[in-house]
Amino acid sequence: MSDVRLLVGTKKGAFVLTSDAKRERWNVEGPHFGGWEIYHMKGSPVDPNRIYVSQTSSWFGQMIQRSSDGGKTWEAVGNKFEYDGATGTHQWYDGTPHPWEFKRVWHLEPSLTDPDTIFAGVEDAALFRSTDGAQSWQEMAGLRNQGTGSLWQPGAGGMCLHTILLDPSNAQRMFVAISAAGAFRSDDAGKTWQPINRGLHSLYIPNPTAEVGHCVHRIAMHPAKPNVLYMQKHWDVMRSNDGGDSWHEVSGNLPTDFGFPIDVHAHDPETIYVVPIKSDSEHYPPDGKLRVYRSKSGGNEWEALTDGLPQSDCYVNVLRDAMCVDSLDPCGIYFGTSGGQVYGSADSGDHWSAIVRDLPGVLSVEVQTLR
Amino acid sequence: MIRVVLPSHLRVLAGVSGEVLLDVKVPITRSVVLDELEAQYPMLRGTIRDQVTLQRRPRVRFFACGLDITHNSPDAHLPQAVENGTEPLLIVGAIAGG
Repeated sequence: MSDVRLLVGTKKGAFVLTSDAKRERWNVEGPHFGGWEIYHMKGSPVDPNRIYVSQTSSWFGQMIQRSSDGGKTWEAVGNKFEYDGATGTHQWYDGTPHPWEFKRVWHLEPSLTDPDTIFAGVEDAALFRSTDGAQSWQEMAGLRNQGTGSLWQPGAGGMCLHTILLDPSNAQRMFVAISAAGAFRSDDAGKTWQPINRGLHSLYIPNPTAEVGHCVHRIAMHPAKPNVLYMQKHWDVMRSNDGGDSWHEVSGNLPTDFGFPIDVHAHDPETIYVVPIKSDSEHYPPDGKLRVYRSKSGGNEWEALTDGLPQSDCYVNVLRDAMCVDSLDPCGIYFGTSGGQVYGSADSGDHWSAIVRDLPGVLSVEVQTLR
Repeated sequence: MIRVVLPSHLRVLAGVSGEVLLDVKVPITRSVVLDELEAQYPMLRGTIRDQVTLQRRPRVRFFACGLDITHNSPDAHLPQAVENGTEPLLIVGAIAGG
């Protein structure tokens, strides 16, 4: 019998939600690190009891916490994120040069093969790696020094590296995404990087088809088809069939193609999920109806999933790291909202219910399927 | 002994309750006190001052003897009453809502 563990990062602490495989009854534990912003928590796929946490505060800076017992106890580990060499400048909001400054860790991505190796995506955008269980961190500076860094600029949330994808079929290949620079790929385990933004079209930058400058909100991959990537951009839902070499739009019949998260069904690489949100400044669901949209055709044709979700007077947002899928059959899907609700579906999105309703605003949701 | 009062979040992080007592050799400055504090409680590195630049974090302030000494040089002597343990050095998270 499997169990499911949700790792929920909120604006005021971390919560651990557990259930058996039926996913009907949930135990809510927390808050851990009360009062701190928990940008992201993620467990090692090799050792699920090894969990890493990004704990941050505008007052007291960045902490990294580590658990080796599935979240029962925690240990503060290395929090020194020092850029490698001269940092140079990126663009500020007004287009002037601005020096790189470390602010926080947005995303932690444990290695697929080693519980002591973990990658961190940070603001101002850079990629760090630890090979000693997060005791120490080294910048993978080939990304920041890739050559276009002076053109990168912050999105509204900051200039953050928020997505790290590891190709399970090729240890040399990894992908990252940065707001607002775009997507990048490495084919040599992170030593060198290239922008992979051909096909993106962004009207908010001087050259809408520029090599960099695109506000990519999230990219996703199914491990069985790692050459197919899906992207939720500031506007537009995009797809690549060639590992990011080119992208084409698959927004189709979505009510709005703005949003933050995008994810792929655990057992069907052509079934994907987004949460359409009004923008540029509203950032709440259209018509006050919280709807997850599912495409079973890899994009373009979308259906609204509404059963169990509020269909009136709902004005929450769902952030980029706040949706995930488990690996049970049928696939479970989960997302958290800025209003503190965590919703779950145990049947691939057909029916939803609130697991918990009154947490602090949710920043991230990850799920572990424990066998 | 130097007495240091941490803000509540950092007391939790360091696993301490009440004041922290530090055996610090003269000259007693804020830098020296923070060096010793971070040596005894490594989890506090980076929370009060940047680990690379050693600059005070913008929303952290230092009070002593009823005075705000935040903007004194980190290498200036702390007040005599702090040096002799009569008064604590207060490390304070700035009031900033949320």
